[in-house]
Amino acid sequence: MVTSPSDGTPPAGRAMETYDVAVVGGGPAGLAAASAALATGARVVLVDAGRQPGGQYWRHPIGDLGAVADLHHDLATFRRLVAGASAAVRLFGHQAWTVEPAERGFLVRAVADGMERAVPARVLVLAPGGYDRQVPFRGWDLPGVYTAGGAQALLKGHQVVAGRRVVVGGTGPFLLPVAAGLAVRGASVAGVFEANAPAGWLRRAGSVLPVAGKLTEGAGYAAALARHRVPYRSRRAIVAAHGAESLTAVTVARLDARWRVLPGSERIVECDTAAVGWGFTPQLELPLALGCATRVDVDGSLVVAVDDLQRTSVPGVYVAGEACGIGGAPLAVAEGEIAGRAAANAATAANAAGQPAVVVPSRLRRRRRALRRFAAAMHEVHPVRDGWQTWLGEDTLVCRCEEVTAGEVRAAVDELGATDARTAKLLSRAGMGWCQGRVCGYATACVAAGSGRPVEADLRGVAERPIAAPITLSALANPEGAPRQQ
Amino acid sequence: MPADVVVIGAGVVGAATAWYATRAGLSVTVVDRGPVAGGTTGAGEGNILVSDKPPGAELDLAMLSSRLWRELGTEVGGFEYDAKGGLVVASAADGVAALSGLAAEQAKAGVDTVVVPAGDLAEHEPHLNPELAGGVLYPQDAQVQPMLAAARLLRSARRSGATVHTGVEVTGFLRSGGQVTGVRTSTGDLPAGAVVNAAGTWGGEIASLAGVEVPVLPRRGFILVTEPLPRLIRHKVYAAEYVSDVASDDAALQTSPVVEGTRAGTVLIGASRERVGYDRTLSVRVLRALAAQAVELFPVLAGVQVIRAYRGFRPYCPDHLPVIGPDPRAPGLFHACGHEGAGIGLAAATGLLIAELIDGQQPSLDVAPFRPERFR
Repeated sequence: MVTSPSDGTPPAGRAMETYDVAVVGGGPAGLAAASAALATGARVVLVDAGRQPGGQYWRHPIGDLGAVADLHHDLATFRRLVAGASAAVRLFGHQAWTVEPAERGFLVRAVADGMERAVPARVLVLAPGGYDRQVPFRGWDLPGVYTAGGAQALLKGHQVVAGRRVVVGGTGPFLLPVAAGLAVRGASVAGVFEANAPAGWLRRAGSVLPVAGKLTEGAGYAAALARHRVPYRSRRAIVAAHGAESLTAVTVARLDARWRVLPGSERIVECDTAAVGWGFTPQLELPLALGCATRVDVDGSLVVAVDDLQRTSVPGVYVAGEACGIGGAPLAVAEGEIAGRAAANAATAANAAGQPAVVVPSRLRRRRRALRRFAAAMHEVHPVRDGWQTWLGEDTLVCRCEEVTAGEVRAAVDELGATDARTAKLLSRAGMGWCQGRVCGYATACVAAGSGRPVEADLRGVAERPIAAPITLSALANPEGAPRQQ
Repeated sequence: MPADVVVIGAGVVGAATAWYATRAGLSVTVVDRGPVAGGTTGAGEGNILVSDKPPGAELDLAMLSSRLWRELGTEVGGFEYDAKGGLVVASAADGVAALSGLAAEQAKAGVDTVVVPAGDLAEHEPHLNPELAGGVLYPQDAQVQPMLAAARLLRSARRSGATVHTGVEVTGFLRSGGQVTGVRTSTGDLPAGAVVNAAGTWGGEIASLAGVEVPVLPRRGFILVTEPLPRLIRHKVYAAEYVSDVASDDAALQTSPVVEGTRAGTVLIGASRERVGYDRTLSVRVLRALAAQAVELFPVLAGVQVIRAYRGFRPYCPDHLPVIGPDPRAPGLFHACGHEGAGIGLAAATGLLIAELIDGQQPSLDVAPFRPERFR
């Protein structure tokens, strides 16, 4: 497999043709979309910030998947999709900072090597994926505390084992592959602490059975954990991290049904690394910049509303994968395939009305439905309960970039009259720093909502980022093709 | 019991009005259909400027407001009041001459001005483009964090008895004969001795609910925000063209560089003006112009990352003056809106004057130039 960044890249400095379909995102959904669109004969460009295809799910060292093959799942699908997408013009290392409507469709504006380049396309498929949803706790800003996804990325992308003695915590099935991967690569995993009680799976067997592949995947990780004698404990959470310069221990506690700490249940577990994950947050900058309608999903995440062809409320814009509901790679692939077919059809059909009903085979629709049900069941047994807020001290940081404490966010609400998450953010500066709320947006919205749940407007208020990725002033001032000013 | 005053708008002008009215002993209720500081207040840099105004009624208002903000910074506080000073620069000799001429006029009106020759610019702003021809320093120019300013003034007013209702929309006016006697809202009637229209860019809509015309329209502006940096830029620095852009009647896009650092370390980059209604779409063209001009002024910014951009809608009137005072066409109704891009700066004086007028005192400044019925 050839995955060099220059492969398929058009020479710089030339005006680009208008593609039929631009796919933004080279993970499972984006690769599937590009591959499916190409199969219909459409001219496709694939834009991704990474240096090679695969996204977060199939992350691997540059050019070398073999070294981490054992950490991956369903590589056959990955190889099939990469082969299928190989005829696309591939713009890797291109970070889209905005997308905008243009005369004949859309322009994806991306930064590559410090230069901005505009990619024109009739139709867009956005597959931006997601990243770890984070919940603050005492000491979570200590070096040695990672997100589950961050620890996983180090392992898959750089073959770096995050630490020697690791504690894994949070909620969701993703904790299993993270713990298993670390254990397999030699870390001593002191425990996996799942805040929920996933025995609930069994009661939802009806939703799960049609996608039995997912179950075998889980069983494989469970076996790996057993082999490495990694204890797995439910209804427990890492509620505090300790250490002077860096992490030396965590407090693990038993939780009640609302996730308040059961008094007396706290135990200190020594470790140099903690990998913590609370599900995922969809990456919505680009769909929101285009004005796509959203909804709140079962897991409390803001997601893009799509129809059964992955169409958003904005004509010509399709979204696939985690951005329309966290559901894992197999669902993302199914959605990507549907979006790719439908988008290519819309872009190339001489008949303006198109014939969408025939472009998506019913087996694909059924597969997506089953996987969506599986995802919903998964979310139902792994909710994030609001009791985590009781773990925080008033002085616990919610926003690490701007060093804003939980007390300060609460004061913005109680004293300064913020009635929504956006106002709480602007009055407290939580989410106004480098990460622009990508890390703390969800938590800020929750703390601002207090015991209530953040509503859609709250989540939008911390998710809208008209500049989807940082861009230097010189790149912004001097786009490719324009006369240089400096 | 009816309130003495109902203030429509929980932005900085409404907040200042509520604060001064409460201090005068009046009972005050503030209503806003959105959150605190949810309109133009939350979309600006928080400028308190005297530098950009030629002598005249608006400069008098700005001078009064500048003094009041300094007092509020101590009396209320908590909103990052920063007397950083403004530095206006020009790239050519004729620009410097024009600037110096304006500064001399402003000085006669009581503005502190310091003409800075080209060779001395670096002493004030070490990272300025060395090719600039000169400038004028205005030590009285200051900055606040505008949302915090509104929120802190409202909190202080609440502690003195004022009531604030956010998420409540004014749907009409209560009348008794020709007199305005309160407002109808989405959650019920609020009778009041006086009603203040502090609805900013939406002030024209509120006026029309009362059957009077006040021509306030939106003028869109974008601001770029950089990554947090060590303090590179000490003053609010802008180019001489900014003054003429502010006064321009052209609907088309104007951009002139306005660059300043904040306490949080981010650098704010403006300013664009265009009349495109309430279009919230990000304009790449505008952002490019802002970026290019900022780098021209401060070459050191070229490699700095922009992490955020936002837009707001300035409330402008055809003569670029705010609307402040009682409306003889609807007795009981007072206007405090239409401050264009100077709303934060002019808010304190506006609030004080409105409170004085409602309370029957002699206003600290003649408000005739700002009278609401001046438009024909």
